[in-house]
Amino acid sequence: MKAYILKRFISMIPVLLIVATIVFFLIHLIPGDPAAVILGPEATPEEVEKLREELGLNLPLYSQFFYWLIGIFQGDLGDSIYMNKPVLQAFVEHIGPTLSLALLAQAISIIIAIPIGVLAAKKQGTFVDHLFMLIAMFGMSLPSFLFGLLLMLVFGVHLQWLPAAGYQPLGAGIWEHLKYMILPAFALGMIQAAVIARMTRSSMLDILSMNYIKAAKAKGLKERVVIYKHAFRNAFIPILTILGETFGSLITGAVVTETVFNLPGIGQLVVNSIVRRDYAVIQGTILIMATTYLVLNLIIDLLYGVVDPRVRLNRK
Amino acid sequence: MEMKPSIQMEPKIDYDNFTSIRNQLKKEQRSLFIKRFLSNRSVVIGGSILLVLIIFAIVGPMVSKYTPLEIDPVNRLQGPSAEHWFGTDNFGRDLFSRVAHGAQVSLGVGLSVAFLTAVIGLFVGLYAAYYSILDHIFMRICDALMAFPDILLAVAIMAVLGPRPVNVIIAVTIVKIPVVARIVRSSALVVKEQTYVEAMKTLGASSWRIIWFHTVPNALSPMIVQVTYIFAIAIILEASLSFLGVGIPAPNPSWGNILYDGKTVIYSAWWMTVFPGLFIILAVLGLNIFGDGLRDLLDPKSHKAINKQ
Amino acid sequence: MVGEHLLEVKNLKTTFLTEMGSVVAVDGMSLHVDYGETLGLVGESGCGKSVTAESIMRLLDERTTKYEGEILFKGQDLLSLPEKKMVDIRGNEIAMIFQDAMTSLNPVYTIGNQIVETILTHQKVSKKEAYEKAIEMLRLTGIPSPEKRILEYPHEISGGMRQRVMIAMALSCKPSLLIADEPTTALDVTIQAQILDVINELKKELNMGVIMITHDLGVVAEVCTRVAVMYLGQVIEEAPVDNIFTNSLHPYTKGLLKSIPKIEGDRNKKLYTIEGIVPSLHNIPKGCRFAPRCSFADEQCRTQSPVLKETDGGHKVRCWHYEKIGQMEEKIDVTATS
Repeated sequence: MKAYILKRFISMIPVLLIVATIVFFLIHLIPGDPAAVILGPEATPEEVEKLREELGLNLPLYSQFFYWLIGIFQGDLGDSIYMNKPVLQAFVEHIGPTLSLALLAQAISIIIAIPIGVLAAKKQGTFVDHLFMLIAMFGMSLPSFLFGLLLMLVFGVHLQWLPAAGYQPLGAGIWEHLKYMILPAFALGMIQAAVIARMTRSSMLDILSMNYIKAAKAKGLKERVVIYKHAFRNAFIPILTILGETFGSLITGAVVTETVFNLPGIGQLVVNSIVRRDYAVIQGTILIMATTYLVLNLIIDLLYGVVDPRVRLNRK
Repeated sequence: MEMKPSIQMEPKIDYDNFTSIRNQLKKEQRSLFIKRFLSNRSVVIGGSILLVLIIFAIVGPMVSKYTPLEIDPVNRLQGPSAEHWFGTDNFGRDLFSRVAHGAQVSLGVGLSVAFLTAVIGLFVGLYAAYYSILDHIFMRICDALMAFPDILLAVAIMAVLGPRPVNVIIAVTIVKIPVVARIVRSSALVVKEQTYVEAMKTLGASSWRIIWFHTVPNALSPMIVQVTYIFAIAIILEASLSFLGVGIPAPNPSWGNILYDGKTVIYSAWWMTVFPGLFIILAVLGLNIFGDGLRDLLDPKSHKAINKQ
Repeated sequence: MVGEHLLEVKNLKTTFLTEMGSVVAVDGMSLHVDYGETLGLVGESGCGKSVTAESIMRLLDERTTKYEGEILFKGQDLLSLPEKKMVDIRGNEIAMIFQDAMTSLNPVYTIGNQIVETILTHQKVSKKEAYEKAIEMLRLTGIPSPEKRILEYPHEISGGMRQRVMIAMALSCKPSLLIADEPTTALDVTIQAQILDVINELKKELNMGVIMITHDLGVVAEVCTRVAVMYLGQVIEEAPVDNIFTNSLHPYTKGLLKSIPKIEGDRNKKLYTIEGIVPSLHNIPKGCRFAPRCSFADEQCRTQSPVLKETDGGHKVRCWHYEKIGQMEEKIDVTATS
């Protein structure tokens, strides 16, 4: 098992190296000079050149890349030239809203979607099933930023039940925090919920046609036990995969949703940094997010072993 | 009653007739497919929605009394009326005209992305499946691209290329190629393992022939289904990029940048959010329903595969 | 007939409501099983054996299935019981084992968990007692070191072991009726014999009635006391097991028996096969259902359905001409040997 995890970690290195390479060269292709951006339009060419030297921007691109890579291996993602602080610090300052948003959205989607998916499978072909799947289809077609705008319009502007935009950190009190997070979290969770509900339904349908479900019924187990104990645990295996895979789209959605609701999260950090040509921040943030994505998928793979004993055995 | 399925062979094989029989069979198969196609509710519903949108994109600008760029500061932020069906925006431009032109942009971007990802993804996926060196390189790159959050990668590419419609197409295409490449690769790998392909290899068939005549037909169905979903995702991504202000540049209309303009006046002008939003939903819904129908039709085995964003 | 049967199925008709119309899978099925006897239910695949079994257990999806007739279990009609009561009978009074033990055990739970679950569902015992019972049952079915096996997952043991586990699970609540749906089909011949022995032993010990569903007449000869032969959703012949092998009356049964290879027979002789194929349930022939494949069929057979008629000593047959056919065959036999 340990060997397996180690192997998986090692196999992540080339992928991350490619991510790093792509992100570095892509970012440096962005037209515009960070030094000029920092100093503003009134700076003289000499001043700009001096700052470029200080920032190491006058070095050839490959050596900048090389120094950056070395820094990463030492745990140093570099400094934000615009904010004048380490990238890691900037990241930590902005991760709060994004993490809270992503977790809440994921929680909302799981809480809504899985029972609906199970119910729809149980009542396959009935009105309830068709209705839920129609809603899911609709939800899947609703981009989260658009849903966010619509929620904001209805609940923030017209009904005025919740603030339309803005942010309060968790430190300001849970309710204060949630008041600002509910709308964005629903906006982001909806599309996720739709995908998970559809997956849950089809996975449950597959499992419900299995022989061991018939055998479980033949043992005299109540329908509830058959469905939740025997069917659901098996059906959960593919659902787990989807949870991992949709994490990427969750982050994507979070970036735009943050913009809609003016949440000071990672999305805003990266988008602003692109405008400011703040290379180190863009590079560092994207690299951290890619790593998170890969690690999360690894964790999900490991979770298979918890859910499915057959996987456990094969890995020993 | 005849119980045995009787297959009667003609004693003589008439080769001239053979071709005509084969053509006849092909024709019948085709009409059968069309029948199944039309009896698939999802395909018909999804297809109708798309058709309506395409007609809207073509006819809308023609019937509109205003151009999308005509500024009229006196009549800014007017609600829907007989004069301005969808109201006017913060520069007094006619929203109906802007949404209709936006439809051309959004559908155009979506279609181009769908086409480009299909062609490039097909090449990458096929050659990755047959040449293991390419496979290692391509698939690691795909892994890396997929580890990026879609939107951030697209935003970064847009920053490099500059905000122009054609760059939106390029950025979204780059982001979505890995998805198609992977699907094609996995169906190609299945074909590669088939006994008949082994047999053809021993008979000296070139890999070019195996790839293009025997693998492509098998990889096509799942790919077409996936590309339909990518069409939908491209529309969403375009709207998102324009909404973030890095997509289709103002003053040209796109559903996304109308929403961007609308957000600042969301307290006073709901129509600027609702109308473009409605069309985005309609387009994506139509494509998703159509894709589900196609999947049932072309690829009944892949029910488990699910459209992911 | 006075005394009450353990199970009596009267005129069961099971209809599936599909998108393409309704399909009658079992039509006018009648049979009975007594304590301590094994009824063989024989027929080709698709003849309605399994549907009959699953109708008795009411395992079919009740939204798309319609039952008619009566299924009397200890005098109580199972078809009119509410699902809540039915749950108490399944696995407790009537148990079932399935053909494919691999797919009939849930892969994500241990063997012990799955047996104990049955016991805890039906009996008021502690978890510990349930585990002890489960181990005891596994031992009874001949599984070595059951206290270790009980912690294993289904994929960790062999096919024969899995079928033993299924049997242990089915019998853990000491049911009065066991329905075994092709319990040995997926197994090697040697293991087949062992499994049949286990079922037979436990039948005697618990004085159960058993319905043995099979298409294998060898299995029938080995364990059954009575046999019902099914064809296209109906019983076409029913008789004590010896009668079936020595004095079968229905042309279909005769055909089935003739198609078994004989060890002492002429090796070069081609095996007998019944002409034609089983018609689909969507397309049931008028009159006698076997008529299209029967070489004795005449106009009457093609237009009128025969009833299941008792001849003597519990031998029943559904054929217009069984007497004539018997006489004709005797003649053929005489001429053939002379």
